[in-house]
Amino acid sequence: MSTKAFISPYDHKAPEGAEGWKELYPYYMTFHDNLKENEEAKFFFCDSQHWPNVFKPFDALTVEFSVKCLGQYNTRQWLIPPANGIDFKIHNGYCYMSPVEVDPSLIADRVPQFMERAGFYFQNWDSLLENWHKKVKGVIDEMEAIKFEQLPEVIDIEWVKNGVGLDPTYHMIQNYDKMIDLCYKVWMYHFEFLNLGYAAYLDFFGFCKETFPGIPDLSVAKMVQGVEVDLFRPDEELQKLAKLAVKLGLNDILKNNELDKALQIMETSTEGKEWIAAWEGAKYPWFNFTIGNGFYSSDKYWIDHLDIPFEYIKSYTERLEKGETIDRPTAKIAAERDRITEEYRDSLPGEDAQNAFDQKLGLARVVFPYVENHNFYIEHWSMCVFWRKMRELSAVFVKEGFYENIEDMFYFRREEIHQLLFDYGRGWAMGVPAIGPDYLPAEIARRKKIIDALATAPPEPAFNKPPEIVTEPFTIMLWGITSESVQGWLSSEDTGNKLKGMAASPGKVEGIARIIHSAEELRDLQDGEIMVTRVTAPSWAPVFGKIKATVTDIGGMMSHAAIVCREYGLPAVTGTGNASTKIKTGDRIRVDGGAGTVEILST
Amino acid sequence: MKYTLFFKEAKPEEYILLGGKGASLASMSAADFPVPMGFSVTTHAYSKFLEEGKLLDVILEKVSCIDCTNTDQLESNSAEIRQLILDKPLPNDVEIAIKDSYKQLCEKAGIPNALPVAVRSSATAEDLPDASFAGQQDTYLWIVGEDEVLKNVRKCWASLFTARAINYRKNQNIDETELLMSVVIQKMVNARTAGVAMTMNPINGDRSKIVIDSSWGLGEAVVSGEVTPDNFLVDKIMLQIIVSNIQEKNIEHVPDMFNKCVVIREIETERAKEPSLSEEEVIEICKISKIIEKHYKCPQDIEWAIDADLPEGENVTLLQSRPETVWSQKTIERKALTGMEGIIDTLMNPIGTKK
Repeated sequence: MSTKAFISPYDHKAPEGAEGWKELYPYYMTFHDNLKENEEAKFFFCDSQHWPNVFKPFDALTVEFSVKCLGQYNTRQWLIPPANGIDFKIHNGYCYMSPVEVDPSLIADRVPQFMERAGFYFQNWDSLLENWHKKVKGVIDEMEAIKFEQLPEVIDIEWVKNGVGLDPTYHMIQNYDKMIDLCYKVWMYHFEFLNLGYAAYLDFFGFCKETFPGIPDLSVAKMVQGVEVDLFRPDEELQKLAKLAVKLGLNDILKNNELDKALQIMETSTEGKEWIAAWEGAKYPWFNFTIGNGFYSSDKYWIDHLDIPFEYIKSYTERLEKGETIDRPTAKIAAERDRITEEYRDSLPGEDAQNAFDQKLGLARVVFPYVENHNFYIEHWSMCVFWRKMRELSAVFVKEGFYENIEDMFYFRREEIHQLLFDYGRGWAMGVPAIGPDYLPAEIARRKKIIDALATAPPEPAFNKPPEIVTEPFTIMLWGITSESVQGWLSSEDTGNKLKGMAASPGKVEGIARIIHSAEELRDLQDGEIMVTRVTAPSWAPVFGKIKATVTDIGGMMSHAAIVCREYGLPAVTGTGNASTKIKTGDRIRVDGGAGTVEILST
Repeated sequence: MKYTLFFKEAKPEEYILLGGKGASLASMSAADFPVPMGFSVTTHAYSKFLEEGKLLDVILEKVSCIDCTNTDQLESNSAEIRQLILDKPLPNDVEIAIKDSYKQLCEKAGIPNALPVAVRSSATAEDLPDASFAGQQDTYLWIVGEDEVLKNVRKCWASLFTARAINYRKNQNIDETELLMSVVIQKMVNARTAGVAMTMNPINGDRSKIVIDSSWGLGEAVVSGEVTPDNFLVDKIMLQIIVSNIQEKNIEHVPDMFNKCVVIREIETERAKEPSLSEEEVIEICKISKIIEKHYKCPQDIEWAIDADLPEGENVTLLQSRPETVWSQKTIERKALTGMEGIIDTLMNPIGTKK
């Protein structure tokens, strides 16, 4: 094993112009000099799978809430015998994770507790999950009910007559706190089933890997995958709308017009009205869907940017006109799933093995729909409402002249928003102008510069010395971080034109690469290009009809990107470490999704 | 009394007359697998030959007095028996039957009286699931003309009595009186590449895999171990190549058309290092292997060739298939923890950390 190590975060300097960046994030999420010895003893890897871009200060709450909540289940609820939570830091604008192992002497004592606690959830999975849906829907409804608007000129007369004795700033502050609470709550729910879902999937996965040495990851995924998947519903709704448009003969109206104009024209005919009704019907809840990944305030959601789903529908319509099939072939997926399962099962040596296979697969199939679907309910739907409400609040500040753009609010940490609210409420109460409009724009500009400077440098793949063997199950499962992949990153400079990653979805193609840094750049993709990116989001699926293959820097076997690529039969290599910096737009590359290799043929 | 039977016309109840290899070819032909056409010289022909030449008693006596620890005696008795078989004239009706069938085969192939064939022995005790007789009997390749065919049929019969074969049977206590021999006469394949496919991983008994060994030319180089063949490990269910080890294959067995024999030829370095099968061909062989395994309902050891004379996509030819004999008789114990114990085991020993 190599003794090579990654750079220490203490030696990894921020780009010029980013001085003072640490103040933008909570003190407990950055590296401190007095803890150097401690922190350098830990291995950190960059999670650019979920957070590929530099955080605005407010947005850091997504990593804070989610990774904290992941930890609470491992450490305090299930007592996963060998694994506590995952420590996380923000460094130079990107986030880095460090799995926390359990002291080996304590592992044995955790086993019976884990059996009781996790066992209860596995045994009552369906009923608990039914309740989970109610809880999450409850949170979403509560968030939807909250409104942020400018303070009135005077306190409502009814409040006076009812002797309320409060003013609207009280509720405004309370509502802001409530939104943060609800967001925190929904991230707890996010992990309520996820860790156990991964554990059960991993159990079946490990059994297959041991029983059928060399079995492709894809085989395991295909045996487990669901056929009707909520996560794919938004895309399926668009496909339905495209088909309806063709059926009703509205394709030309769609193709030749922007959304508003198209809707206006359709209002004038019966067919058009039918289509509009279908379009309206599809919105809730399925357009609460982002082209990002839910972790950034800048993520755009379909429901707020209807031109996005509309453009996808257009492109589906064009493909239908060319005679292509656009549906997810559910019957075929189901039949293939059954065939694969039966053939592997028939390959088992005996009854004991078949029983173990049946039991493990059975459990994996019970848990897997959650693993696929939670993403829609939390990252898409819940976070869609959360970010919309936060923008609604920011719009109030914009109207009050605190700053110019709705996005500006996110340059403040979440607790700093309290100061803005108090500043606003205080001025309103006293009848004097708030201080914000004079003070904040310069501060926002200063912070913008820092963030922009941070964004000029890509993150490091990891910090410090990697462990001899990566054993933390969730790290392996979710991030695809294995001893092998870490060593691969360390030696990535020496691999010439070849990159090695995870064989996420089979198929071999050659083509021209296009580097995509964000969802905004998706529109640059040309037919038949290969998308190379740090990470993909499931909501990018509609562009998959256009491209030949996908290559990502990071991602495990269960990453959202891997799941979606497999569903759509698109060759994919994930977790290459540095494809998006090593490959340049215009390079001719060869992708082998079955072998997990990418080769640069010519530049 | 049928002395010859074409693969296609042999009925299952007649398979007993064909020996292991012949029966396998007949049943594969019946199932419409891509087997080169041919016929078997049945065990009746061999019996008739022994009977008419009054050879059986002589042979049995010579064999029974052999003391296997006495190598000289083993060798000399073996040589005497084989010479007897090579010298005795064939019964007339047997000779006519073989000549007739060969003629028919030549006509079917469109090369009257001159079709190159492979002549292979197919003993009744051979290829039984409980005794891997592989390689105990002989194969003669690129045989042309009826006289040569007759000569080599006899050589096959004689090969039952090589010192090695006699020794093997004595050690295995196989009854000499039960021993019968059939001979397979089959259209020669102009093999660009040939090898074996096993419908399981012989390293670990994993039945979800197919393992292919492959080298340039006729399959003899692979079977005899004269070259280190290319090796492919394929997932049987997904038909996906998991590992391909391309080796330097320095020699190949190829027909010498002029001298009507097979010669060993050195391969130029560049071609030696090239894969002897394209990925598409690997997958095609696996597809066919899968069907064969399903047909016979147990793991198979299949000899195949890529026929240079046939178009791509139809060029995989099967030479024989027999049950895999090693793993099929083992019971593989797979102790896997289930339920919560299984999950704990997985969490404590995640993938990549297990020894």
